[in-house]
Amino acid sequence: MRDLWPWKLELRGTPSRAMTYLSPVLAIVMTMLLGALLFIALGKDPLAGLKVFLIDPFNGKRAISELLLKSVPLILCALGLAVCFRANVWNIGAEGQFTVGALFAGATLVLIDVPGHATPGSLGLVLMIIAGILGGAFWASITALLRDRFNANEILVSLMLTYVAQLLLMYAVNGPLKDPNGMNFPQSKVFSSEFMLPMLMSGTRLHIGFAVTLVLAAVMTVFMTRSLRGFSLFVGGTAPHAARYAGFSSRSALWVSLLISGSFAGLAGAFEIAGPIGQLLPSVSPGYGFAAIIVAFIGRLHPVGAVLGGLVMSLLYLGGELAQSRLGLPSAITGVFQGMLLFLLLASDTLIDYRLRRKAKV
Amino acid sequence: MRISRRASLAMLTALAAATLIGCGKKEEAAAPAASASAPAAAPAKAEPLKVAFVYIGPVGDAGWTFAHDKGRKAVEEKFGDKVKTTFVENVPESAADAERVIRQLAVDGNKLIFGTTFGYMEAMLKVAKEFPDVKFEHATGFKTADNLAQYDVRTYEGAYLAGVVAGKMSKSGKLGVVASVPIPEVIRNIDSFTLGARSVNPKATTRVVWVNKWFDPGKEREAATTLIGQGVDVLMQNTDSAAVVQTAQEKGVYAFGWDSDMTSFGPKAHQAASIINWGVYYNKRVGEVLDGSWKTGSSWIGLKEDGIDLGAFNPDLPADVKALVAERKKAIIDGSAPIWKGPIIDNTGKEAVAKDVVADDAFLHGIKFYVQGVEGKVPG
Amino acid sequence: MEQFASLIAASINAGTPLLLAALGLLINERAGVLNLGAEGMMLVAAIAGFAVGYTTHSPMLGFLAGALSGVLMAALFSWLALVLATNQVATGLALSIFGAGLSAFIGQRFVGLALPSQTLSIPVLKDIPFLGQALFQQHWMSYLALLLCAAIGWFIYRTRAGLILRAVGESPESAHALGYPVRLIRFAALLFGGACCGLAGAYLSLVYTPMWVEGLVSGRGWIALALTAFATWRPARVLLGALLFGGVTILQFYLQGIGVTLPSQILSMLPYVATIVVLALISRNPDWIRLNMPASLGKPFKPGAS
Repeated sequence: MRDLWPWKLELRGTPSRAMTYLSPVLAIVMTMLLGALLFIALGKDPLAGLKVFLIDPFNGKRAISELLLKSVPLILCALGLAVCFRANVWNIGAEGQFTVGALFAGATLVLIDVPGHATPGSLGLVLMIIAGILGGAFWASITALLRDRFNANEILVSLMLTYVAQLLLMYAVNGPLKDPNGMNFPQSKVFSSEFMLPMLMSGTRLHIGFAVTLVLAAVMTVFMTRSLRGFSLFVGGTAPHAARYAGFSSRSALWVSLLISGSFAGLAGAFEIAGPIGQLLPSVSPGYGFAAIIVAFIGRLHPVGAVLGGLVMSLLYLGGELAQSRLGLPSAITGVFQGMLLFLLLASDTLIDYRLRRKAKV
Repeated sequence: MRISRRASLAMLTALAAATLIGCGKKEEAAAPAASASAPAAAPAKAEPLKVAFVYIGPVGDAGWTFAHDKGRKAVEEKFGDKVKTTFVENVPESAADAERVIRQLAVDGNKLIFGTTFGYMEAMLKVAKEFPDVKFEHATGFKTADNLAQYDVRTYEGAYLAGVVAGKMSKSGKLGVVASVPIPEVIRNIDSFTLGARSVNPKATTRVVWVNKWFDPGKEREAATTLIGQGVDVLMQNTDSAAVVQTAQEKGVYAFGWDSDMTSFGPKAHQAASIINWGVYYNKRVGEVLDGSWKTGSSWIGLKEDGIDLGAFNPDLPADVKALVAERKKAIIDGSAPIWKGPIIDNTGKEAVAKDVVADDAFLHGIKFYVQGVEGKVPG
Repeated sequence: MEQFASLIAASINAGTPLLLAALGLLINERAGVLNLGAEGMMLVAAIAGFAVGYTTHSPMLGFLAGALSGVLMAALFSWLALVLATNQVATGLALSIFGAGLSAFIGQRFVGLALPSQTLSIPVLKDIPFLGQALFQQHWMSYLALLLCAAIGWFIYRTRAGLILRAVGESPESAHALGYPVRLIRFAALLFGGACCGLAGAYLSLVYTPMWVEGLVSGRGWIALALTAFATWRPARVLLGALLFGGVTILQFYLQGIGVTLPSQILSMLPYVATIVVLALISRNPDWIRLNMPASLGKPFKPGAS
């Protein structure tokens, strides 16, 4: 039966450099092809569909600013996740760390932003950002602690903590942080504009967080290729065939990677609050922490890749939205594209380590 | 994975440069209307009015969003090719996304935009400022502007009438509410339901379980099951799925459809449904935009305007119960027996509304207490 | 008293999908494969089961469709993780994300439809005071799950095939050296796991809340994964754990109903916090975990590679 299939996978001597870069491109192209087929199956013009997805989101200054804005939380979370995944620490809880970061940041502003306060805007902004970073790091440290001390699987712990974080936020906006003048609605007050992030592109919503994100990506690139610690995280810690439970590389790699990841996710959360959202709501993320996992993989777990991958993912989000209002496509189309992309990426990644060879006729 | 550091920095620089170029790029002409599908009609015909709807859930939820979409379809039916409607569903409440969607709709040429959930309020305010010649309508909020109106439906009137039925049909006198989020609207509905029930059975009590979600069939079922296990035999809900009705059907107790007719989910359990008819309001406002008389303001439609009704009665519901409902409805509409007329005592014994005083809309908007008969404390 | 009986009954009801899914995952993991795609498999099975059940008016066919779609999703996973030897964690995640998107997509036209509720009980037994209400008013799938649990326990510990399965999970290299087709065995285990998750998903959309909405599974796939670890991969403990988890979910509403004044969001956290606590406690002793956990769990097996 096996011999009916004329190709086989043959292990390469060394992983293919070319395929490492080509694989995401291949995956993206194949996703688009499958997407076009999907459009046809739904009775829509495939070219119109692809145009709405790929071209329309770039249509004009406003549209581009939205594209870049949406990519900020994705890129930030992915930057942190890349570090974790390289260290073989499977942090699935970025969403929860994002949420707690947003919560801490928002709580700080609730404390500071009272009528008659004496805090200068920039100080308040800095404080809330620090709070956000600390919040995300704190949340990630719970996962690290449970892994370090109790050997608890970080995948499950970090995921459960995500649910807990979301409920914590809901509790906070329903209770202690609720806007006293908000008709008892579950949300905090809208924060004063002096505490909001300054804009990068005037007349749009694109704030300096985007620039900060790019800078962080650059810093990380340097750090990973230059410093010894960075290098060890970069390469993934111990010998590849360490036969240990879940294979995490070392204690410090565990803590460092989770703290970095949590901080980045927390920062992303703070940026959302000080940026497009402007207050605390019962829900502050449409799944950025999970989408960032895909982004990290598309980006080959590399900071620059995270930036590019974040932009691709942002494109999918925005394209999916436009597809709804312009083509009448269902809202679930975005999720399908995202899932397809990740699958195809994993599949085409095989070609990095293996090559296809025609089987010799027996 | 070895990208040389130089290559990485080069890529980042290129990206930064692209961003700067984007900054300098002039705003292109407003995105060409996606309705390139609208064919060039005879010159004398006016361009159809583009009306857009933003939904928090899926149109098929059989509850809140479904009711709004029914309203949208009513507009299409009434105005035909004088309008062109669009909708975007599953738009999360956070301003981060809602703002973008709403702005895009305005850019795409929609002149009247309805945002159907509380969470869109800040986003609509912001976008309304930027598009002074587009009219915005926001449901269930409380902020307005010159081109942003606010509208809502008196769900509590439906809840009250359901309470009357519940009071009559319950054998144990124990009623239950599967509630979503502790905002004034929901508390008001719980209270009105209880007032209605107690007006026919002064000993009726209401127990409340909070699901903390607007829409989660699994949790709604679990909440309903718990209430039933604690002796409740009539359920009401302020959540958006039909799970409560289904659970009631399974366990042999009674329930009410909420926002829409949910008979198909539990034919024996479903006694009646509080059905919202948004079409009444939507048609009115679209008409006003078309003839130029649209003005901002706050609207709270109810039984009187036909915006809500208790309908879809169970065929086995006794005639005298139906008659009582009709009688109470009439009394509410003509003002002879308003729901919120004092004396109304809260469940700690304090007087909330004095004797013969009729609570006004401002009071109703800020209700944070349970009336007598409701067990427990208001959360938060 | 009646309240208590209804609490037990509700726990069994809520625990059934967890039990079904966890049993399937147990077989997967005993063979050494970690399939994090449980949530995605359950979602696709839920919509498939509902779609078929609705159009054919036959819940039986619905369950079959659910199981089949679970198998297909598992096959997809197998191709990636076994044949292409991709990273199991990433592949499982991909399966979950894709399953969420696919199910929402297929489910578009089924939102807002309903299946008739099935009144559930065993005649005669159901009238026993207390026990009748507590135990004997469930859907037949709950009893099937119980049987399945017993059958799996017998299979793993009392049959040769089960022994081979465990051997593959402990040391695939040794099993391979002895001539056993490791990847084929894992493939079979994955398909079985997929079928179980499929039944669990179909149960949710056919019995638990007979409707379809996006995200119906609501994280139960992830809880099932936690449950398997919590039960240290033993079927009897999985049964206990499923009841416990089902119970904790109900408990939060029960406490509200009797007037416990903890904020409801805090109560809602109970199932998740419980999972974390349990995971911490059982993982604490590395020796104990090594004794109980299949040693090769999560590592790809590449015959011929070092």
